[in-house]
Amino acid sequence: MSAPLLETRNLMIRFGGVIAANDVSLKIEAGRNLAIIGPNGAGKTTFLNICTGWIKPKSGQVLFEGEDITPLPPRKIVRRGVARAFQIPQLFTEHTALENLLISAAAREGMRHPLRDLSRVPERAEMMHLLEMVNCADVAHRTVDELSEGQRKLIDIAVALALRPRLLLMDEPTSGVASSQKHKIMEILIRALAEARVTSVFVEHDMGIVGDYADEVAVWNAGNVQLRGTPTEILEHPDVIRDVIGEVA
Amino acid sequence: MSIHSDAGAMSRSPAEKETRMTAGTWLAIAGLVLLAAVPIFAPSLQLLVNLALAKGLAVLGVTVLLRAGQVSFGHALYFAVAAYAGAFLLAAWPGADLFVVLLAGALGAAVSGLLVGLFVVRYRGIFFGMLNLAFSMIFWSILEKFYHVTGGADGIRLPRPSVLGMEMGRHDFELVLFWLTLALVGGLGWFTLRWLASPVGQLFRTVKTNETRLEYLGVSPRRALLSGYLLSAVLCGVGGAIMGVAQGVVTPEYAWWIRSGEMVFIAVLGGAGSVPGAFIGALIYEFVRVFASAFAGDVWQMLLGGFLLVIILFAPGGVVGLFERVTRRGAAKGEEAA
Repeated sequence: MSAPLLETRNLMIRFGGVIAANDVSLKIEAGRNLAIIGPNGAGKTTFLNICTGWIKPKSGQVLFEGEDITPLPPRKIVRRGVARAFQIPQLFTEHTALENLLISAAAREGMRHPLRDLSRVPERAEMMHLLEMVNCADVAHRTVDELSEGQRKLIDIAVALALRPRLLLMDEPTSGVASSQKHKIMEILIRALAEARVTSVFVEHDMGIVGDYADEVAVWNAGNVQLRGTPTEILEHPDVIRDVIGEVA
Repeated sequence: MSIHSDAGAMSRSPAEKETRMTAGTWLAIAGLVLLAAVPIFAPSLQLLVNLALAKGLAVLGVTVLLRAGQVSFGHALYFAVAAYAGAFLLAAWPGADLFVVLLAGALGAAVSGLLVGLFVVRYRGIFFGMLNLAFSMIFWSILEKFYHVTGGADGIRLPRPSVLGMEMGRHDFELVLFWLTLALVGGLGWFTLRWLASPVGQLFRTVKTNETRLEYLGVSPRRALLSGYLLSAVLCGVGGAIMGVAQGVVTPEYAWWIRSGEMVFIAVLGGAGSVPGAFIGALIYEFVRVFASAFAGDVWQMLLGGFLLVIILFAPGGVVGLFERVTRRGAAKGEEAA
């Protein structure tokens, strides 16, 4: 049997008196969209930070396609096929949306065209297509500072997708966006992920989004996975209704 | 339902940038042609322009770093390393070729840039600036104290190099050096523009705005910064080597902190981050310095300081930014009239 796409084994980390990861063992299979839910401070973002190498666990392992990536810095993990999108979009604010994607493509290609103008690299058409996929082609030539939060979120995800990852970790992809636009963004996002054949893990607080777009849900509590199942199983579970949905509501 | 907002003005599209680039290219060519005619129409200004352009190349190095949001207060280090590399070469091999001397200078700057760069790219902001200053002052001390090797405060006199195997008289040599400097200004200026627009250059520039994202693109921010740091060291080195040959003497003053500060001053004056601004700023600075010191005695520094104050307050984009603003306003008025 092949190894899961991502696996964590007994991850432990503590910040002062707070246990952010308490013996977290989790397997993520390829081709799924896994939502992570849980109360604030449960360790959801810490889990993403550990998986991408930003934070090193005190003990435990992170394996990507069977390879131990725990000691690697983020850039080396990214090169293995794990990309990240952030709660606050991390973009190059002096560049346009298209340039942000072209820079990502340049990083992926490893400087195959060292002196060619960035706007003329062969990946330009591919990046324009990616912008179309996330419904942002019409703002391709605007600097990202001029865009709405929703657009910046989508560009941030597109920048990650430009790396052609196999796994995308997203921290609250719809936070800071008007509730009327959340479903629109998720529809665009899930369609783009399916087209690019990317497995995703996303932290989310909106249970409507989780119910509609996740294939699987993991419930975090006190630094560990409390429950895991289909959206229907999880969102109707009395513990989740009491501890998570109750808090969100 | 749309998730798109109409807020914010439209940025310049690549096509618009292309048009500006073309206009800029023509302006640059016109400027170079004008400068090339200096030895013919204003020979008394030839040396002054040559020194200003050599300084402009060094300022270009500082300008490159500004694109990554970093200010170096110690780039005179590479200016001096290259000048002394050329001086040592000429001392050991009198009559060495000018091109070899300049190459030795650039190579010395590149090697020292790599060694210092590997250390300083770990830091940002004020620490980056001050560490560069520290390295330049260490080198200044070495030049001052090891007088039996470096000539101490008196420095080293450079015999006139040959040019492609030909021994030249002072006048002819200065003419060749002037046009060679001009060619290097054009060539290295063009290369720097290309590099800054290239994928490597763009990655380097993102150090200014988002190192977290850079890391999450699989790129080491330190390595990205190092690539530009090396280029900036080489540019400073070429400027220093030319300056040494043009003046015929190199002294520890080449590495002195005021020289580094002067480079930052000129970069801001010309237009922080602007490639043509580095040369325009250097020309303005040298002319103001020379003529103000001739006609205004000891107050020329005050005049320059006041000039910089005006630039920072009213034209933060420097002389080049001011020029762009004026031409854009002129173009807008023209469109309105049409």
